[in-house]
Amino acid sequence: MPRLSIKGISKNFGAIQALSNVSLSIEPGEVLGLMGDNGAGKSTLVKIIAGNFQPSTGQLAVDDTKVVFHKPLDAQREGIEMVYQDLALSDNLSAASNVFLGREPLKRLGPFTYIDYSSMNRVSAELFKQLKSETRPRDKVRKMSGGQRQAVAIARTLLSEPKIVMMDEPTAAISVRQVAEVLDLIRRLSDRGISVILISHRMPDIFSVANTIAVLRRGQLVCSKRADQSSPEEVTGLITGAIETA
Amino acid sequence: MTTLDDIIGRSQDNSLFARIRSHQVFWVFTAAVLACLALTLLTDTFATDRNLFNVARNFAFVAIIAIGMTAVIASGGIDLSVGSSVVLSAMVISVAMSSGLPFWFSAILALGAALSVGLVNGILVAYAGMPAFVVTLGTLSAARSLAMVLSDNKMIWEFGPDHDVLLWIGGGSTFGLPHPLFVVIALTIVMSLVFKWTRWGQHLFAIGGNENAAVLTGIPVKRLKVSIYMFSAFTAGLAGILMAGWLGSVTTNLGQAMELTVIAAAVIGGANLAGGEGTALGAIVGALLIEVIRNSLILLGISTFWQGMFIGTFIIVAVAFDRFRNFRK
Repeated sequence: MPRLSIKGISKNFGAIQALSNVSLSIEPGEVLGLMGDNGAGKSTLVKIIAGNFQPSTGQLAVDDTKVVFHKPLDAQREGIEMVYQDLALSDNLSAASNVFLGREPLKRLGPFTYIDYSSMNRVSAELFKQLKSETRPRDKVRKMSGGQRQAVAIARTLLSEPKIVMMDEPTAAISVRQVAEVLDLIRRLSDRGISVILISHRMPDIFSVANTIAVLRRGQLVCSKRADQSSPEEVTGLITGAIETA
Repeated sequence: MTTLDDIIGRSQDNSLFARIRSHQVFWVFTAAVLACLALTLLTDTFATDRNLFNVARNFAFVAIIAIGMTAVIASGGIDLSVGSSVVLSAMVISVAMSSGLPFWFSAILALGAALSVGLVNGILVAYAGMPAFVVTLGTLSAARSLAMVLSDNKMIWEFGPDHDVLLWIGGGSTFGLPHPLFVVIALTIVMSLVFKWTRWGQHLFAIGGNENAAVLTGIPVKRLKVSIYMFSAFTAGLAGILMAGWLGSVTTNLGQAMELTVIAAAVIGGANLAGGEGTALGAIVGALLIEVIRNSLILLGISTFWQGMFIGTFIIVAVAFDRFRNFRK
């Protein structure tokens, strides 16, 4: 049973056809590498899955149940979480505060309620440990490396026990060592049975973590196959249009 | 061999002193203490009960509003209308009391007037998406004008049946300490706790740090912003009531240019105009330092024309200091 299936999704903005008749499915724990040139429709597809846009035609199903998302919160309720490219972190707050931002646990003391920092730090430390990331819950995010920031953003999605995590260019603009760290984080998610949709321009990253590769070109899905049956050369050809379909 | 557990569990700053030293408040407080010590040695008028009482009372008004300003600045905004909210509040309470209304009811009206200035600021900034600088510049002009209309631009010095109550609250003292100082202390304690331990406080700093992130995580950013501007206006309203009682008379030039002193106090105390940083304690220490500078210039017989030069220099030094510290890191 696929975790998420997309059937015949099309999306047009006025006269512009951003996506036409895209069908995909992703299994639990599967890592799907979504590739394509700028403007190929990757962001549109991801935003439809995340509930930011509604498709013009087509259907989404989570665990074989048809779903309709009117807003991002609807998608989150179905266990779909998005890690944004700019990570959406507040630099001036601690890692734990960022993980729990907007969902801080409260404790009671007589008539007052206050934020339960000790449980926030404990749970965050636990999440970082699961992600095998050397991130300290009390540290300010400002002082963190790209890999640690990514861990904070991913830990935030884990709080809600997600089924699917989508990541937009998580390895852009970080150092080589941190890229390895982020790819490890993705493997941890997959180990826990969480499906990952990974958007990236970096071919080596995709081939090192993805089970399946999907390529979009001008709004059309031109390839969806197992990573071990494809090659960077083939994918490059598909992205540029040198190879029609595969 | 350090394990992952050790690394995750390790705290960043080891010693308490290192942590204290990393705050701008510490350095500003040190400067204020040094200035006080120097004045005690250089003059025989500074460390007198009378003078210290005056310093404590004078700085209190700026300090109260600086706490509200710190909240606004930490959320990434600015409130230029506080000086006008002060005069509006003071004028509403004087007009109401001189028409025979009791103190408590008039005080509620005064705070209500100030809060409505904050409400307008908040709605225009949060919901209409207008820049805080422009919106509060507008209400700065509008609120003072309202105070003039309300009083017909006359001085009010008779406050009806509760006249003595108002004078006692704003100008009196208990245990040898001026009443406004009690308000400062209470507000500092309450707001220090609120900034750190409530969602309202945390979310305020989150907005200042990265507003986009705050929106994406589902924080009700717009509603929160309105409440922040209302809080700032509330502190201004409170200061207005106390100032009316302290002065014993209210004119429409009360609180003129006060917003600049208040912003200076907040910034010297560590509030970052880019948002995301600031403390209640910093705000009052900043206000204290400004008052000590002002007071010392008078006691040392230096022309008051130099005040602006000293305070201005200090603002720039405080911010430059913070810059260099971050730069070094």
